Amino acid sequence: MTTQEAKFQYLLRLGDSNLIIGHRLSEWCGAGPILEEDIALINIALDFVGNATALLGYAATVEGNGRTEDDLAYLRNEREFRNLLITEQPNGDYASTITRQFLYDVYTFYLYEALKSSKDETIAALAVKSHKEVTYHLRHTTEWMYRLGDGTAESHERMQNAINDLWMFTGEMFDMDEVDQILIKEGIAPDLNNIKSQWETHVKRVIAEATLQIPTYNFKQKGSKEGKHSEHLGFLLAEMQSVHRAFPGAKW
Amino acid sequence: MEDEKQLAAFEAKIAAGNKIEPKDWMPEAYRKQLIRMMSQHAHSEIVGMLPEGNWITRAPNLRRKAILLAKVQDEAGHGLYLYSATETLGVDRSELLEQLHTGKAKYSSIFNYPTLTWADIGAIGWLVDGAAIMNQTALARGSYGPYCRAMIRICKEESFHNRQGYEIMMHLAQGTPEQKAMAQDALNRWWWPSIMMLGPSDDQSPNSEQLMRWKVKMESNDAIRQRFIDRTVPQADFIGLSIPDKDLKFDEKTGHYTHGPINWDEFFEVIKGNGPCNAKRLKARNDADKKGRWVRDAALAYAEKKKLKAA
Repeated sequence: MTTQEAKFQYLLRLGDSNLIIGHRLSEWCGAGPILEEDIALINIALDFVGNATALLGYAATVEGNGRTEDDLAYLRNEREFRNLLITEQPNGDYASTITRQFLYDVYTFYLYEALKSSKDETIAALAVKSHKEVTYHLRHTTEWMYRLGDGTAESHERMQNAINDLWMFTGEMFDMDEVDQILIKEGIAPDLNNIKSQWETHVKRVIAEATLQIPTYNFKQKGSKEGKHSEHLGFLLAEMQSVHRAFPGAKW
Repeated sequence: MEDEKQLAAFEAKIAAGNKIEPKDWMPEAYRKQLIRMMSQHAHSEIVGMLPEGNWITRAPNLRRKAILLAKVQDEAGHGLYLYSATETLGVDRSELLEQLHTGKAKYSSIFNYPTLTWADIGAIGWLVDGAAIMNQTALARGSYGPYCRAMIRICKEESFHNRQGYEIMMHLAQGTPEQKAMAQDALNRWWWPSIMMLGPSDDQSPNSEQLMRWKVKMESNDAIRQRFIDRTVPQADFIGLSIPDKDLKFDEKTGHYTHGPINWDEFFEVIKGNGPCNAKRLKARNDADKKGRWVRDAALAYAEKKKLKAA
């Protein structure tokens, strides 16, 4: 695998995760628990779509085959997507959405912090912008972790269920393969073991403060780095790509 | 006696072009009318998120998706801004939402129509937001300070919405034959509801002389409708779409378009709750309210706990 190929794969991983979690958040439109949260969720979804556009645009440039960010978003199939499994999990109740977002926000907070010093100037510049946004996202989700974890008996139970259900999707965030090895060597991407220890410390602290428990099971799902997803992704893509694919070649 | 003096001072202030502010004395009828209008406006913003939200997940490219997200976020922001402005009249947001959820309060009739294709997102921005701007720029010259300031701010954002809608339609009209057909179909479906959303014609809706004098209402429905039609017809011509009104004609003498008869029966049916989506929209709002209750309860309980700890 060449550095260029590794970089393309790596950018798909970053871009697809943002695109898919942004899609999930946008499904909340008009259905949030309070108007202020409707505004927050749409705003955060917009950040993710913006970042995905920039990352997939750069992926297309790196690939150099004349594809665009829209080709990558709208014309790839299930097995070609590289988003983390956690990002495609359905919204569920507000506890699930907040927990999913929190676990992902802590991950991207440390990941993008590290990517700010990437030797690839474009990735570094995108990471600076993303990190500013993620800092706000993380503040938002952390506050809700506390409110819902330490709110009422019902909210506490819902939060604990959400953590139990989503915990299995956190392991693969830190899996590394040839793509990572090549980019670590080039100083383009960080060693995910470092991100993992930062993530664990941070997540454990907030979960404990929210009076919640880390699940005791050790089983972890994986597969997204090879495009092996949960059954949810196919439906998400069918919806997202429907108009674009129904009018081949049309300009919008 | 005291009331009469206060009323005279209130009316003199408005006649002099000054704004009424929340702490100023105001007649009860003025307060009630403004609460009704402003809350209806706020409700329209948040119900209006639903037909557009319907297409966010299917927007045809990433740029359109981002623009639509930003637009719907604006609508939510307008809702929040308007609920807050209404609260300055001494009513609580939760009370206003209760009126929406029980069907007691109205919102704009237009949002009871479905968004069937992507082109409807273009039609809403171009026609619905275009019609709303006509109404709201008039209201921005009204007498109640908080509402006027909200209108000025909202109109600025709405003019972006209007342009993005027209831009969507322009792209479709210049696109493939299928895209052009989609744009024409959306115009066919949204034209009449858009001109109806500006309210019943003047002979069916006599403007209270008092509301005009108090600058709660600034212009008649028909006058605003005429301005909207005069502005929109040339825009349709420019992109090669046709307005679905065989009686539409430009009158050289008056410099205005004359239009065919409006189906007011349809309008009043939709207002009564019998439009294609009234039940769906109301259910969506009620479902969100119910599903969110435990979240709001938890946030309140947590805030209480924190207060106790701090004490």
